[in-house]
Amino acid sequence: MLAKGKAGPRRQDHPLWFLIPALAVLVVFFLVPTAFNFVYAFTDWSSFKSDINFAGVDNFTSLISNGTLRNALKVTLVYAVLVAIFQNAFGLGLALLLERDTRVNRAVRVAFFVPVIMSALAVGYIFQALLKPDGALNGIIGWFTGAEVSIPWLGDTTWTIVVVAIVHAWKWMGLSMLIYLAGLKTISEDVLEAARLDGAGRWTMFRSIRFPLLAPAVTFNVATALLGSMNGFDIVQATTEGGPGGTTELLNIYIFRTFGQGLFAQATTMSLVLFLLVAILAFPVIRFLRKREDVL
Amino acid sequence: MTITAERPETAAPIAPARRRTRRRFPVQPAAAILVAVLVLGVPFWLVIATAAKDQAEALNPDLSPPSEWRLFDNFAQVFEDGRMIAGFFGSLLVMVPAVVGVLILGSMAAWILGRRGGRLTAAIYALGISGIVLPPAVVTIVLLLRQLGLAGTALGMIGVYMGMYLSTVIFFVTGFVRTIPHELEEAARVDGAGPVRTFIRVVLPLLRPVLATATILICLYIWNDVFYALFVIGGRLDTLPLNLYQVASAGLYLQNWHLIFAYIILMSLPLLITFMVAQRRIISGITSGAVK
Repeated sequence: MLAKGKAGPRRQDHPLWFLIPALAVLVVFFLVPTAFNFVYAFTDWSSFKSDINFAGVDNFTSLISNGTLRNALKVTLVYAVLVAIFQNAFGLGLALLLERDTRVNRAVRVAFFVPVIMSALAVGYIFQALLKPDGALNGIIGWFTGAEVSIPWLGDTTWTIVVVAIVHAWKWMGLSMLIYLAGLKTISEDVLEAARLDGAGRWTMFRSIRFPLLAPAVTFNVATALLGSMNGFDIVQATTEGGPGGTTELLNIYIFRTFGQGLFAQATTMSLVLFLLVAILAFPVIRFLRKREDVL
Repeated sequence: MTITAERPETAAPIAPARRRTRRRFPVQPAAAILVAVLVLGVPFWLVIATAAKDQAEALNPDLSPPSEWRLFDNFAQVFEDGRMIAGFFGSLLVMVPAVVGVLILGSMAAWILGRRGGRLTAAIYALGISGIVLPPAVVTIVLLLRQLGLAGTALGMIGVYMGMYLSTVIFFVTGFVRTIPHELEEAARVDGAGPVRTFIRVVLPLLRPVLATATILICLYIWNDVFYALFVIGGRLDTLPLNLYQVASAGLYLQNWHLIFAYIILMSLPLLITFMVAQRRIISGITSGAVK
């Protein structure tokens, strides 16, 4: 008994049945629906008829042949990459701007966190109003240039996805900022002092010392921004609803739209595609970013 | 984790640098305020100004101040039209049980996963946290809920949220459990406490800080969620974001920007007030989870 006590707790002190309630919920509400995805994507399930028949890869071939799959995949990936870039650039910029612990900086940091706690849907509607051709942003630009400006920020088939990604980044940049601020605080003052004594300027200091030491914060921010925006819906739905011409139609927007039309099998197929996309990308992305941390 | 420990020792070398910057024109505070005004002030002012206008003036939302402030009249109108009270209680009805549920079930599982070694535990842990990155199967979940007779019910929505956010709790809490010394549990065990008592009396109170972080995060997600709610309970149960979606879908058609923005202000207030009251804890809770 004594020897056992020394070796640590015994197994029966941490009974496996404690896992059962959590596993039951996970199985019923997460695993089973995910498994269903792999089944119903190969059927003709829809609201137009009561029976569900096996349909092979029909859903996939039709989504591939009419270009929907390619478009949705492309839009989702481009959106995710753009969001990751903007959100991190804004967040890091803010963190560097507001790094010192002054009263003004603390207040501004709190203000930048307000969009994070707001509903993404609400943020989308605010920007829809702001970005209208006769909206406030064009008004401001017009005031500066002295000419009437009516740029259709949300109506351009090429650039609207960039604008919407910036809106997404606007909503979440406060979170990235906080994480970068926490990362900056963990850098030891001795290291910075040593570099300062070696005559490193501000830019050198940032590029070769502070930025590399922020690697864990970059990992977290890039991974959450990428994976979070691949699963995005609210902001795009509230600003463009996937338009113009499907150029901002993320997988989730497509899923919602086709589900609303009663085309359940198509929606399920895209849901499966999203699942596979995230599953295939998530692990390499996280591993790659972690590896970058190790090198340093 | 070591932020607070390191700061005092290194305080001395910072001092001269600070003195140097103090003499110059306050470029940094000016820049910080300017950025905040441009990036946050403009959209927020647009919301407040438009929410205070009447329909004719708000037809095309711009930054001009309202000729007559009718903010509270608009609040009163959306309060009725947007079914605010039903939405508020609907949101609470799904959020509170889901959060309490994931915290309890998640900590129970995390305690075991953090304490036991072995392949089975590792496999269950991997499965348990996979939901952090993997998206839920939103379409087939509706089918499953129909088969279970839970479609369109609060219970179904609670189950869906629990399935989605259990992973977050398991991830956070398991990491935390591993930092708690075994001796604390051992003391209770020597007094003859079984696993259930040890968990309730010793482990759960120790988990309080990490559970606070998880609560904040999950409340934020569920309170603001509209995507999953649209699939599971859309049209059958009111929540604040679902009602905003309805108000806005109708409002955009009717050009009722003043009502949309009044609704947005009212709906954001509960979280904003909570945030203002507890901002320090919320911010430190969220960042402590991200940077190990």
